[in-house]
Amino acid sequence: MQAPVSWLRELADVPADATGEDIAAALVRVGLEEEGLHGGDISGPLVVGRVLSVEPEPQKNGKTINWCTVDVGEHGQRVTEGKAQEIVCGAHNFKAGDLVVCVLPGGVLPGGFEISARKTYGHVSNGMICSQAELGLGDDHSGIIVLAELLGEEAAAALTPGDDAIALLGLADEVIEVNVTPDRGYCFSMRGIAREYALSTGVGFRDPADLATPEPNDTGYAVQLTDTSPLEGVAGCDRYVARVVRGVDVTASSPGWMQKRLTQVGMRPISLAVDVTNYVMMLLGQPLHAFDLDTLSGSVGTRRARPGEKLTTLDDVVRPLDPEDLLIVDGADTPLAIAGVMGGATSEVSGTTTNVLIEAAHFDPITVARSSRRHRLTTEASKRFERGVDHAVAAAAAQLAVDLLVEHGGGTADPGVSDVDHRVPAEAFDFDTRLPTRYVGLEYPRDEVLGTLRAIGCDVAEAGAAEGRADHVSVLPPSWRPDLTNGPELVEEVARVRGYDQIPSVLPQPKAAGRGLTHGQRVRRVIATTLAHQGLVEVLSYPFVAPSVFDRLGLGADDERRHVVTLVNPLSDEAPVMRTSVLDTLLDTLRRNVARGSRDVAVYEIGLVTRAAQDPTSAPVPGIEQRPDDATLAAILGAVPRQPRHAAYAAAGEVEHGGPWGPGRKADTSDAVAWALAVGRSVGLGLVVTSVVRAPWHPGRCAQLALTDGTVVGHAGELHPKVTTALDLPARTVAGELDVDVLVAATGAPLAASTLSTYPLAHTDVALVVEESVPAAAVEAALREGAGESLESLTLFDVYRGEQVGAGQKSLAYRLTFRATDRTLTTDEVSALRDQAVAAAAARTGATQR
Amino acid sequence: MSGPNKQYDPVEVAALDPAVVEQAVNDAREAIAAAADLDELKAARLAHQGEKSALALANREIGALPPSAKAEAGKRVGHARGQVSQALAARQAELEAERDERILVDETVDVTVRVPRRPMGARHPISLVSERVEDIFVSMGWEIAEGPEVESEWLTFDALNIPADHPARQEQDTFFVEPAGSGLVLRTHTSPVQVRTMLDRQPPIYILCPGKVFRTDDLDATHSPVFHQFEGLVVDEGITMAHLKGTLDAFVQRMFGEGIVTRLRPNYFPFTEPSAEIDCRCWICGGSGSLDGEKCRTCGGTGWIELGGSGMVNQRVLRAAGVDTDRYTGFAFGLGIERSLMLRHNVADMRDIVEGDVRFSQQFGMEI
Repeated sequence: MQAPVSWLRELADVPADATGEDIAAALVRVGLEEEGLHGGDISGPLVVGRVLSVEPEPQKNGKTINWCTVDVGEHGQRVTEGKAQEIVCGAHNFKAGDLVVCVLPGGVLPGGFEISARKTYGHVSNGMICSQAELGLGDDHSGIIVLAELLGEEAAAALTPGDDAIALLGLADEVIEVNVTPDRGYCFSMRGIAREYALSTGVGFRDPADLATPEPNDTGYAVQLTDTSPLEGVAGCDRYVARVVRGVDVTASSPGWMQKRLTQVGMRPISLAVDVTNYVMMLLGQPLHAFDLDTLSGSVGTRRARPGEKLTTLDDVVRPLDPEDLLIVDGADTPLAIAGVMGGATSEVSGTTTNVLIEAAHFDPITVARSSRRHRLTTEASKRFERGVDHAVAAAAAQLAVDLLVEHGGGTADPGVSDVDHRVPAEAFDFDTRLPTRYVGLEYPRDEVLGTLRAIGCDVAEAGAAEGRADHVSVLPPSWRPDLTNGPELVEEVARVRGYDQIPSVLPQPKAAGRGLTHGQRVRRVIATTLAHQGLVEVLSYPFVAPSVFDRLGLGADDERRHVVTLVNPLSDEAPVMRTSVLDTLLDTLRRNVARGSRDVAVYEIGLVTRAAQDPTSAPVPGIEQRPDDATLAAILGAVPRQPRHAAYAAAGEVEHGGPWGPGRKADTSDAVAWALAVGRSVGLGLVVTSVVRAPWHPGRCAQLALTDGTVVGHAGELHPKVTTALDLPARTVAGELDVDVLVAATGAPLAASTLSTYPLAHTDVALVVEESVPAAAVEAALREGAGESLESLTLFDVYRGEQVGAGQKSLAYRLTFRATDRTLTTDEVSALRDQAVAAAAARTGATQR
Repeated sequence: MSGPNKQYDPVEVAALDPAVVEQAVNDAREAIAAAADLDELKAARLAHQGEKSALALANREIGALPPSAKAEAGKRVGHARGQVSQALAARQAELEAERDERILVDETVDVTVRVPRRPMGARHPISLVSERVEDIFVSMGWEIAEGPEVESEWLTFDALNIPADHPARQEQDTFFVEPAGSGLVLRTHTSPVQVRTMLDRQPPIYILCPGKVFRTDDLDATHSPVFHQFEGLVVDEGITMAHLKGTLDAFVQRMFGEGIVTRLRPNYFPFTEPSAEIDCRCWICGGSGSLDGEKCRTCGGTGWIELGGSGMVNQRVLRAAGVDTDRYTGFAFGLGIERSLMLRHNVADMRDIVEGDVRFSQQFGMEI
């Protein structure tokens, strides 16, 4: 909402010396956030100019600029010595002869933008022809201001080149732009802003709705309100005021002051009838609609739309209607408008209109909100009705519009006044005057509380003195505050009027000490830190993917990672589903880094993945008056898909750099596996490695990582060559993905430490020949088991393939170290243990000692 | 080897002549001093202390002397040999020290040669800021609560007093989950975690809910459709807005620096009543709005930085979660992690945070 200071001064006793900044600060104090302060920061020369010539000049960059000469009256003579002002302009929405607004060298535009004669596109441009946006009049960048369009032909005809445009456009007047929160619909009006300003500063307020209105009578235009299917039991329209003005000269321009104000609040002056309805709406917050009376047959009224019905709205769009849409219809049942949203084309006030019907109605916020959303049509009217319009202001708003049409359009008001009023009287509610103190932690005496409630317009009555509840009062909020329905809402009023800056700062002390981070949260931090210590860099990626990514990753048709959750309205139609593995999106991040020139990249991400249930259920949406029953709650929680937390990593290029010390080493499967094992070790788990075939990994280079009980933690290895090709990744990219939730569940119990023996170590080496297909892990497991408890460590230090062991065989060389807890092992004992280990390996894996 | 000499007066034995002995010692000293390295010293040791050295020969002559002369000659020769030994030992130590020193000099390497043999890993700063925030609240006795990112509509909106037709619900730019009517969305804030916690257990509740949230915004320098926030919730007996302010003040001091305070401004959020916007005194210009005579760019010259929203938990929210509103009150607040990171570390472009460029994380290392 944009509020011109000069307008505000008419409605509230703003101190003479208050600046726009002071006023904005006062509004901020009571909750109207400042969005901007416009105007007042322009200095001339900013003048009316008449375009004399326009010469289009195509430029090398494809743009066409216009080389113009402009008559700017006496101002031009200073700069161009008698010639017309020469100005380069990039816009094309004007022609020779148009009156425009020029800022000349020496002028300053909003934002401290100083104008000087400037060489551009091969010419010296002596100033600039301005758009509305450049003057801070709105967001319209589409072209420059053509004054005949902005002000109307008649007003423009009275202008002379060289006239001061600052005064003409009201640019010296500051305009405060505030953000109106959804609960404060009444602040979408000067009336509301002025009331808030008065409340904040304690100055006087003059209610512009406080004007004499004639009593409703039976001679007015017929109004028929029907609503056979109210939404949530609320009728679509509970008040409809209709007034008629005949003989209006709709071609008359609205007065300059009205046009200026509309421009200041960001609206375009259009025609007398439209300007009047907009002006009244901006003043009082009541959206009005003007119908061409002669297009209506007999009456106006409301009803819900019928299936299949259509309406062409003012914006010339044919809109299929929904049975929830509330329509304004005439006596022939013809739809005229979507109530509170937008009028229809057929009943629009046109150039031939002479008789006008003014509608000032009160529509149900939910009805308007749904229609606005359904038709993707947010209008000034719908914005206000959705947030709540003062239902008491309709008669005054209609009267004001009638008065303005009569005054400026030369019409005559019908004596008939229709005011169909089905409003349900609001009910007062009980309020404990101690509540503000209880909620805010600051003492608010009873008198102050009552004073504030009355200041915001509430009727306050003693409620409970008789029953010994002297602290309670009965409060009836004013008609413009439909948002006030309970105690805490009144608390906010009391708190904001005293000022939030008065609230003390007190640190609350939980009575019981917290439990600190949970085991899972600590484990996650450890895993993240471990991966970083392995040389990997943590990154983030968006969890949205294309379903085709699963094909590129080579997942089988029935792979559980294809059970996706899909978005109705994805950011991009190319990525409408949620990732089921972190690698789905992490690999993109890896590729982006490679594309940006990083040859050696190792990245990781820890995040949630989403796995849709096989038979998804929908989550119920119960009311909120109380806690949902257990079954409903279970259904809500049960409908939420499983979202395990995964840690994934991927690396391409070198993991050890080359340099003066020797060549580097590229990441390979062993790194991917080692990182998984490091993650396991970091939380005290020895993960069991087995060789498996699983997409998206290379079928011969994929390790499964599992707990000792067999629970799978994840997989690691080199990606399948087809995958690296399909995803445009460097060849031999390695990757891993681990389920963090499994690691969390498997840990947490205190680990029992083993006693450290200080007896001497004994080493012994063995070389075992096995079939190529026998995994090292199997040999190792057999050796461990055979060697028994005295085995302290077992290290694979060489793998040999060649003539000496024969084709299809490999030799694995291990170093075994033994240490007993209670004595020094003898050479014979060590030999015996080694032989047992070898025997076990022979029995389990067919190994023979070399 | 000579036999005992009984016929001659010891003074007549040339080798034992005091002048000769002294000369031998001097010769030895000269040779030792002249030894330039340990090899030369070894040669000098052989020449002047070895079996064929003058003093060794002299020593041998003593045995042949008459007993009356033995003592004096023995003393003289012994003293001389001792002097030579001393000189040798001293020179030996000197030369060894020189040698050791030379080895260290020879072993000099250019320590400025960088040896990045293994690349350095790093955490993402969003994780680090999040953990820092978590630690601040944990130190105040709070707990960290988490929940799913694909969430039910009821927990995301309805239970937070954002009914389906309310304008506030439209402002949230929500991602909806198929099929339409599934009742599922991508959470637009971490508030559903607050509701889950209240449904799960009775007050007192002191929790922080950090996490990823989603809005259908396009990515630009200041917006991301996926971002992170942390929300706080306290529900206990006697909780007031003063406690909200105290908590926020304590937080900003620990996060942004001593002396930083917050300011509350009235605002509207459906889930809180009364509601307040949180501003924080600008820690760059100290609240003056200007820096070196120019408008402070961090706060835009206002002296205050907008941090997020807050308020007293709406009674409707408490009731929907089954909390006794006669007994308990609560406050809640929500702040952005990206925003905290951008403000605290001068990150100019949101895209650097979300695009996963390793160079961004690498600037920060493992602690923030």
